[in-house]
Amino acid sequence: MKRWLPLVVFLVLVGFFAKGLFLNPREVPSPFIGKAAPAFTTTEVCQPSKLFSAADMKGKVWLLNVWSTWCPSCESEHEILLELSQKTSAPIVGLVYKELRGDSNIDKRKVKELASNEESALVCQRVTDRLQQLGNPYALSILDNEGKIGIDYGVYGVPETFIIDKEGVIRYKQPGVITDKSMQEVILPKLKELGA
Amino acid sequence: MIPELGHFALIVALLLALTQAILPLIGAQRGNLTLMSVARPAAQGQFVFSLLAFGCLAYSFMVNDFSVENVASNSFSQLPEIYRLTATWGSHEGSLLLWVLILGFWTTAVSVFSRHLPDDMVARVLGVMGLISVGFLAFLLTTSNPFDRLLPAAADGRDMNPLLQDWGMIIHPPMLYMGYVGFAVAFAFAIAALLSGRLDAAWARWSRPWTTVAWAFLTLGIALGSWWAYRELGWGGWWFWDPTENASFMPWIAGTALIHSLAVTEKRGAFKAWTVLLALVAFSLSLLGTFLVRSGVLSSVHAFATDPARGAFILGFLVLVIGGSLVLYAWRAPKMLSGGGFTWFSREALLLGNNVVLLAALGAVLLGTLYPLLIDALGMGKISVGPPYFNAVFVPLMAPALFLMGVGPLARWKEASLPDMLSRLKWALAISVATGILLPLTLDGFKPWAVFGFAMAMWILLTVLIGFRERLKNGARLSSLTRSFWGMQLAHLGMAVGVAGITVVANYQVERDVRMNIGDHTELAGYTFTFRGTTEHQGPNYRAARGSVDVSKNGKVLYELHPEKRIYNASGMPMTEASIQIAMFDDIYVALGEPLDEAAQTWAVRVFHKPFINWLWIGALMMVIGGFLAASDRRYRIAVKATAPTGAATQGA
Repeated sequence: MKRWLPLVVFLVLVGFFAKGLFLNPREVPSPFIGKAAPAFTTTEVCQPSKLFSAADMKGKVWLLNVWSTWCPSCESEHEILLELSQKTSAPIVGLVYKELRGDSNIDKRKVKELASNEESALVCQRVTDRLQQLGNPYALSILDNEGKIGIDYGVYGVPETFIIDKEGVIRYKQPGVITDKSMQEVILPKLKELGA
Repeated sequence: MIPELGHFALIVALLLALTQAILPLIGAQRGNLTLMSVARPAAQGQFVFSLLAFGCLAYSFMVNDFSVENVASNSFSQLPEIYRLTATWGSHEGSLLLWVLILGFWTTAVSVFSRHLPDDMVARVLGVMGLISVGFLAFLLTTSNPFDRLLPAAADGRDMNPLLQDWGMIIHPPMLYMGYVGFAVAFAFAIAALLSGRLDAAWARWSRPWTTVAWAFLTLGIALGSWWAYRELGWGGWWFWDPTENASFMPWIAGTALIHSLAVTEKRGAFKAWTVLLALVAFSLSLLGTFLVRSGVLSSVHAFATDPARGAFILGFLVLVIGGSLVLYAWRAPKMLSGGGFTWFSREALLLGNNVVLLAALGAVLLGTLYPLLIDALGMGKISVGPPYFNAVFVPLMAPALFLMGVGPLARWKEASLPDMLSRLKWALAISVATGILLPLTLDGFKPWAVFGFAMAMWILLTVLIGFRERLKNGARLSSLTRSFWGMQLAHLGMAVGVAGITVVANYQVERDVRMNIGDHTELAGYTFTFRGTTEHQGPNYRAARGSVDVSKNGKVLYELHPEKRIYNASGMPMTEASIQIAMFDDIYVALGEPLDEAAQTWAVRVFHKPFINWLWIGALMMVIGGFLAASDRRYRIAVKATAPTGAATQGA
């Protein structure tokens, strides 16, 4: 019997490996899920006088999509966001994250020399160009030039998308690009379940 | 055209590998010499075509052929030439191709250096290795074709991962794979012995030098990886217990146990079943390591392939190879009768003790590596197992292993006398304990682990010296000692040097994380570090802020160090390039953190003082040289002549 032991141990391990293949080790459950979305107030892109705050969305199921024009995966996600905006009535709010300061092709020090309205004007131009070129999935676009809102939401990297319910509670977080699969199988059902 | 040629060469290699696997194995079973004689040419042909495929891929990298997807994803027009070459094995596909190539190399080596072996043995060994080649070639061709085209071609590549752009990474993977794959030889010998049912000591003698060479390469590969992590990751660490590191460390532990167990089987005919099992385990762990890293089952800094299809393929392959070999083992185990009895205190018993301890350590590392996966698979949440677990479990297990390392080589086979050993070793024991207790007092404070580490290093050093003295007293001259004796002692001494290095650096290194403006200075371990600001610097494929730090002692400037913070052009990835002043007894290590103000005048700077860290690599290098020395021992070559007639006789029969 003893001689079969190595085989038995190995087969048990294989069972675990087979299961492990279909788990995602990178899927870290966000501590924010089930918690109230952090409050913030910022301005809309290109409209410095228009304030936006998370509290404005109370009573609505909405999506917060964190992105920027320098992020290549955001560009590849754009099409699916357009499709998503067609398929749901829930508004998608685009949070433009560190548009200038996060761009590795731009000297960070030069950006910091700019007055904040100058920075916002440049961001407005870049975002408008992009949205005109690829289409606009967003109900509105808001600014996070310094990345502070990103910190509050525990953003690892762009893009990331949050689903926030009518009570202002984060119900789901998609780290990275929304794929066709995750839209069909997770996001749309979730939105439906929340009554969007 | 060239990539298609490479693709074609891979297909031919697969067909040759199939031939190499099937015909000789059937031939050996039926005693058909014609079928058996297919093994050698098929194996060598398979190697030639794998080499051709590898050459085609390397060529595509060298000429920046961005119409090949693999090149476009892993290279860049501005990448320096040497890294374009190494990018060949920097990707998932390329590194598997390297695996296949090295397996072909080992197979060819076996086919050349096996003239003295019986034909059916050679046929079986090469056949088993052919089966492994078939698995990997099929994996490459079906899920990971390195020659896939990209239409339309990319304008430029996405660049090689900047972390891999270092010369330690140029040779680390080939050396590591030489080790991993080298265990395939011991595995194939064990399987061939199981298949033929001839489980005498002969297979142990045949596979010993191969195993030792593979082990030496693996040691070198791991040491290079550790050295790379030390210089390149910017944290001054040299071992992180990362799953990928563990994946290479587990076969090393099993290989170390195997080397020692093979010695007993060859010399005394004991531990037969155990040695066979270890040979299977060592290579199984190499395959498992490949699976863990390549399938993305465990997330890790360097796991770059996450694709369940690939994972499923490797897992299926693992089940076939490992499961199949373990079934064969269980079936044949009753035939493996152990010869040569021994008492509880003898060299056999001590080596068995060493094996038990090593296997316990292996189990501890395996458990720690797989635990997050097991918990996740059971749906019990996400956890990670970090260095504290490994250090707490692994380090104490090393205590008996290091102690036995001193006693084992001095004990007699079959039956040793405890009082005799005590009288031979009492001074060594006393000096080691005294060193352990007193040496830390002269250093920066008394630490329990330092006591243990120094005592063990001294213990091994003294027992090695006693080993030499006793041989010389018995009339031997230094020049008449065998290479395997020199090799063993050098490797053990290397372990002592490495343990001493680890002990000092782990217990007495100091580091400081400081905020520095131009002209600021900080003190560490008697050195004064003065920050002279940063300048812009343009590299071939990156931009860098290059810092300048003066290191002085007693007001005299000794060194000027230049750590860099790089941004790579294609990927935009930031990289910390530490600057290290290397010396025999201490390294000074400076790394730039982040700029802390807008004008980039103030930086977070990390300074480390790393005493004795180089002893680690020196110790590892001694083990490597020891391994090669032992494998080149004369008696393996003499055995060639002694057994030649037997081989001829079988041929005639």
